[in-house]
Amino acid sequence: MLGSMTAPQVIPVEVPEVEEVPEVDRPWVTIVWNDPVNLMSYVTWVFQKLFGYGREQAERLMLDVHHKGKAVVSSGARERMEYDASQLHGHGLWATVDQS
Amino acid sequence: MFRRDGEHCVARFAPDEVNVLRKVAAEVVALLTDGFDRSDPVVDRLFPDVYPEHPDDAAEYRRFTEGELKTSKIDQAGAILAALPSSGGGEVTLDAESAEAWLRALNDVRLALGVRLEIQDETSLESELDDAVLRDPTSSRVFQLSVYAYLGYLQESLLDALVS
Repeated sequence: MLGSMTAPQVIPVEVPEVEEVPEVDRPWVTIVWNDPVNLMSYVTWVFQKLFGYGREQAERLMLDVHHKGKAVVSSGARERMEYDASQLHGHGLWATVDQS
Repeated sequence: MFRRDGEHCVARFAPDEVNVLRKVAAEVVALLTDGFDRSDPVVDRLFPDVYPEHPDDAAEYRRFTEGELKTSKIDQAGAILAALPSSGGGEVTLDAESAEAWLRALNDVRLALGVRLEIQDETSLESELDDAVLRDPTSSRVFQLSVYAYLGYLQESLLDALVS
């Protein structure tokens, strides 16, 4: 989490090169998880309605959720992802937010 | 089951269907008001943790969003109650906005029932129902499974009617 790093007790002599993209630059994502209750047609409709996806794209995402157990349905700023998650929760989908 | 009639979604319900819909919608309202219990697995499913690996962030998010989400879920269950005939059976006519509220509310009811009935991905409703009837045809599980199946068909028919 941002701001959760603590100061090291011992300053290393050599700082290893880290190739990773800094945490702050990685976009946030909204993830929808598979659940055994929601109708496939309903999930597709929710994706179309909330994200403006076309039917084909919404269906592909729904099938990803269904077969792979989860799918990233939107990405961007953290606040926006939290908003998307709350909208998805309003529709009964199981959504979480994470940093990609 | 719902059908499209011009700008509206229309369904005719028998008295028993009206009673079931009123009962399940009222149960959701009760669950979200006086009976609200964070440790209830149904509440856990209706209000998922947005940061499952970061409890502090999840709690903070909940503090800001839970009230509004609760209100909208109570409102959508209320949309079912408001549109049902006051007594006996009858016709229900929904405009697009009410139809969407019904879709979300029916989904909440099915989620709640699904948790209580321990519905899994591989659950076959038909064989669950057969087993339950064999054990005790008068059990509440038989009733709840039938209601769960019925609400699935009803939700699907409403979605079909709305998008057609």
